[in-house]
Amino acid sequence: MLIPFFFVLREGGLKPSITELLTLLEAMKKGVAGQSVDDFYFLSRACLVKDESKLDRFDRIFAAYFKGVEDSLVDLMDGLPEDWLKKQAELLLSDEERAKIEALGGFEALMKALQERLDEQEERHEGGNKWIGTAGTSPFGAYGYNPEGVRIGQQGSRNRRATKVWDRREYRNLDDSIELGTRNIKVALRRLRKFAREGATDELDLEDTIDKTARNAGLLDIRMVPERHNAVKVLLCLDVGGSMDDHVRVCEELFSAARTEFKHLQYFYFHNFIYESLWKDNRRRHGERTPTLDIAHKYGADYKLIFVGDATMSPYEIVYAGGSVEHWNEEPGAVWIKRLLNTYSKAIWLNPEPKERWDSTPSTKLTREIMEDRMFPLTIAGLDEGIKALR
Amino acid sequence: MADTKFTGTSTYVATDDLMMAVNAAVTLERPILIKGEPGTGKTQLAVEVAESLGKPLFEWHIKSTTKAQQGLYEYDAVARLRDSQLGDDRVHDISNYIVRGKVWEAFQSKEQPVLLIDEVDKADIEFPNDLLQELDRMEFYVYETKQLVKAAHRPIIVITSNNEKELPDAFLRRCFFHYIKFPDKETMSRIVDVHFPDLKKNLLSEALNAFYKVRDVPGLKKKPSTSELLDWIRLLLAEDVPPELLNAKDSRKAIPPLYGALLKNEQDVHLFEQLVFLDRRADSNQP
Repeated sequence: MLIPFFFVLREGGLKPSITELLTLLEAMKKGVAGQSVDDFYFLSRACLVKDESKLDRFDRIFAAYFKGVEDSLVDLMDGLPEDWLKKQAELLLSDEERAKIEALGGFEALMKALQERLDEQEERHEGGNKWIGTAGTSPFGAYGYNPEGVRIGQQGSRNRRATKVWDRREYRNLDDSIELGTRNIKVALRRLRKFAREGATDELDLEDTIDKTARNAGLLDIRMVPERHNAVKVLLCLDVGGSMDDHVRVCEELFSAARTEFKHLQYFYFHNFIYESLWKDNRRRHGERTPTLDIAHKYGADYKLIFVGDATMSPYEIVYAGGSVEHWNEEPGAVWIKRLLNTYSKAIWLNPEPKERWDSTPSTKLTREIMEDRMFPLTIAGLDEGIKALR
Repeated sequence: MADTKFTGTSTYVATDDLMMAVNAAVTLERPILIKGEPGTGKTQLAVEVAESLGKPLFEWHIKSTTKAQQGLYEYDAVARLRDSQLGDDRVHDISNYIVRGKVWEAFQSKEQPVLLIDEVDKADIEFPNDLLQELDRMEFYVYETKQLVKAAHRPIIVITSNNEKELPDAFLRRCFFHYIKFPDKETMSRIVDVHFPDLKKNLLSEALNAFYKVRDVPGLKKKPSTSELLDWIRLLLAEDVPPELLNAKDSRKAIPPLYGALLKNEQDVHLFEQLVFLDRRADSNQP
């Protein structure tokens, strides 16, 4: 039974390995999990998922897969004579519970109430479980899998839950295509790190000292090396105002993460598209501007260039002289961005708009073409890809 | 079997899934990797596992400069060099200069120990890869003395990570994994309960309300976590703050007292004060 589950997980985009499956089987053999499905869920999660951003996906696959298994069990039950089922059900119920059932008008009424309650529940939980729904037609199934439903009017707990743990999907917000936080961004940006030894030699190189001393017949020969530090240089250009207002938060997060992560970070702002000048302070944007050419000259070609913007505007703003909404630009934005791209071979464009919308916006399509397809969504997954392209 | 099950301790509340992961790791004698928000008790877990199972604990705290080799052993070449210059007799035996690391110590333990490898992500990217064999086979080879060190009892290894670096797949495959999610209110009140058993009920619920309200403030750089909550409650108790103050409906008092314990970042404090200020102004504008 676990081998199909294993392949379903792999199809679902998780990558559990054979060793992990064997670990799970070994753990089950040793009786770590006990009998309950919840235990099995916890155990298989600990064995097969090693990344918290994949937990939600695991939950979904687990729910879908084991729903099927339970459904087929319910189908089996359907074939059994109803009287027998009632007997069994009565056997399972305590006296107290039976009294409650009587009070509710007997078994039939209870089932009706149960059905109603389940319908209600289905509405409350979006895409509720099919097996809860089918439980109404199969009383035994209901007992087996939804004690909550049977415990109508009863306060005591049988230590079971109607909503399964995995159906609660508590790890939802950890999926890496959804949420961005400064912490996550920092982790993603960190992949751009490139350690290098540069500058003053102020660290003792123990290995080399020993080696040289040994060659020197035991006379000390001290060797020094420069300290290792992150040598990556980043030039960040951020779109501000207008349609970017919706994305202020995510951009702020990216910005603050980048600020702490890179020693050599230069940032500039632009509005909608790159023209002949950019600025560093939005309050004084009309007064203090830096010519784009100066930037390209001042910061060497070893800088990595990152644009952040939604690239949503009128296509005229990109391809025509004078197309800018704010001022008269002598040369079109496309020319300016190409100049920058000529200087900086490592460049990407991060777009906070969802990827699905890119193709329906002509200016986004155009920008993407200019960037030679190096446009990535501003999500953790997108950032990861982008960083890869920058390396 | 029953005595080797970890079920939390009098000072540590473990959720069902955490217990399952720990017990699986204990039973199969494989490492367990713990991740989670800072302050959710990752490091504490190893201490509590050791205590509740009555096993000795070895702690190996990782820094950005830590090398995998340091956990096994180090060859103190400088000391040997010095001794050779001074003509010390010890210099002829290389084993005098082998300094044992935490992993070696744990391997030598007379009974099964708990080994904590704390904040594994702080180290160099290659660090976990360098430990694969050691964690798998629980043995390593000392080249200088040509000696094979083998674990007398496979230690229970608890590894914590703050997710600053991705861990290599090969390393992950060998571990059980658990992500400590931020506790919900119910679990949180149990946690506070084991730390402050005599806490007045209403103070607890008011403190928790205020705490989750602060956590919900959008845009905080560092959300307060369990350990901050516990510190804060300790302060509230020390200052003898009445519960009513925590839930002051009057928004002029809406800043929870001693909130410095909850917010550790000056920008966060600033943001928080600004929000409260805006709140007040909105209130005072209403007749």
